Amino acid sequence: MQIVLRRIIQLIFVLAGICIVTFLLVHMVPGDPARVIAGDRASPETIEAIRQRFGLDRPLWQQFVTYAGNLFAGDIGQSMRYKRPVVALIGQYIWPTLFLTGYVICLAVPPSVALAIASARRPGSLADQLIRCIGIAGMAIPVFWLGIMMSRFFGVGLGWFPVSGYGKTFADHLHHLFLPALSTAIWMVPVLVQSLRAALIEKAAADFVVAARAQGAGEREIFWRTVLPNAMLPTLNLFGVLVAFLIGGTIIVETVYAVPGLGTLMVNSLLARDYQVVQGLTLMFAVTTVAVTFVVDLVSAAIDPRARL
Amino acid sequence: MSIEAVPASDPIKQAAVVLPWSIVVAGSIVGLWIILALFAPVVAPYDPTAVDIANALKAPSVAHWFGTDQVGRDVLSRVIHGARIDLLMCLAGVLPPLLIGTTVGLLSGYYGGTVDTLLMRLYDLTAAFPFFVLVLAIVGVLGPGLLNFFIALAVVGWVTYARLVRAEVMAIRDSEYVQAAQCLGYSDRVVLLRHVLPNAFGPVVAYAVSDAVLVMLAGASFGFLGMGAQPPLAEWGVMISDGSRYIRQAWWICTFPGLAAISLGLGLAFLGDGLGQLRRGQVSA
Repeated sequence: MQIVLRRIIQLIFVLAGICIVTFLLVHMVPGDPARVIAGDRASPETIEAIRQRFGLDRPLWQQFVTYAGNLFAGDIGQSMRYKRPVVALIGQYIWPTLFLTGYVICLAVPPSVALAIASARRPGSLADQLIRCIGIAGMAIPVFWLGIMMSRFFGVGLGWFPVSGYGKTFADHLHHLFLPALSTAIWMVPVLVQSLRAALIEKAAADFVVAARAQGAGEREIFWRTVLPNAMLPTLNLFGVLVAFLIGGTIIVETVYAVPGLGTLMVNSLLARDYQVVQGLTLMFAVTTVAVTFVVDLVSAAIDPRARL
Repeated sequence: MSIEAVPASDPIKQAAVVLPWSIVVAGSIVGLWIILALFAPVVAPYDPTAVDIANALKAPSVAHWFGTDQVGRDVLSRVIHGARIDLLMCLAGVLPPLLIGTTVGLLSGYYGGTVDTLLMRLYDLTAAFPFFVLVLAIVGVLGPGLLNFFIALAVVGWVTYARLVRAEVMAIRDSEYVQAAQCLGYSDRVVLLRHVLPNAFGPVVAYAVSDAVLVMLAGASFGFLGMGAQPPLAEWGVMISDGSRYIRQAWWICTFPGLAAISLGLGLAFLGDGLGQLRRGQVSA
């Protein structure tokens, strides 16, 4: 229980830190912040309205209080380009991204688990070395390039899949997002395999495995009954890191395939200097990562008897 | 009772440590790219910026091994010159965070206290943001360009190095040789720079090489998104972005810069992995 309490306190600190960082983000811009938020082509009236709304002539800490207050009220800013609240924009663009993320996980996890098990069953074997090399090599693939090549080959060349957009029905989504999801999954599998393999091999050397072996359990039984379940916990803990990683990957891949998701929104807002959207999205991505890590911690505390102390 | 001297380390054995083949191969690939980058004007067959509209979008041939792009620039020459930018990105993207992080981590791990607590909280905070998102947001706000990309990397990246060094230093801090140096009356400065730092630096170097892969690919991605190196510059990501618009007619424009990025990335990734293995091997031997 104490661990949970400590994690909650830590969570509050991190969330406060995230608010400060995203707040400072817009203030880092060289020049008048009101002009920056309003955009290059804004009229003097708009700039003045922004200055009033955010109190940009007041001291920094007062501005932060306003910003934090707005956050609590669920207002994370206003898009200058779309003339809409950022929350509404996120609500509109989040579905393709969620769909894509789920799709990627479905495509990436089964082969990763299979490869990691094949690799960790006999560490040092030819299969293991090959899989390990794939894991390292996977780090070197630029995911946007992979996306372009796949869209050229399977999309334009063979015409099997559309190369942009999201579609209307569920089957449409599956069809449209197949290439983006596959690109991201190919990029993600090596990372997953590496972490899973490390977890499996570490657990295979643990004392309880030696104990099981001493009791006369067969190697096959030891692996499936003892090593594998124990390796699930450290894998679960990696989930927060992987989600952060996946968010970065989907931003790029969405841009390549023009998927109308949060990544495309982020990049377009950056290029259009629509800073409030950038600020809101950065905040949302960070809070998502923190929330996933937090939930994972709670779940593993619930599963792991040692953490219950 | 006789006391036999046990040498702490056998000099002959150490000299005979076999370099893993991966280090040799990976090192050669990286070395080759460095040489190509250094001598780019000599090696490249054409001027990378020379526009030749008459020869635009020509397929790979004897005259242009990698073909030409939409304004007739030689893709091979641009790939070779791009190595300069992309290697520079590795260097300028890795060194500042490494130096800042090592300094902070050294002090934080050695002295502990408030600075240390502050560092760990700062690490928690940085880790809360997806790396790519935070760097992207900072670059976006500062304005697209390579310099701002490096600034953003330094701001975000140093914390990871600091944490790595801190953990190493904390393990070394209580070891006998550090205690001995302290007892002999050496100043903290000497102990830190002469005894702690050399022993804590191994994992940092191995990590930095792997980090260079991430930085290079991030830089290329930023170039692709229009947030990094800017178009006239021959940077691989920018070239891929340019080429992707003409991919239906001319596959070669964006294929070759991608292959270049992969080969350099593979070299760096296996080099980093090999260095890490070498270090672990030496520790366990």
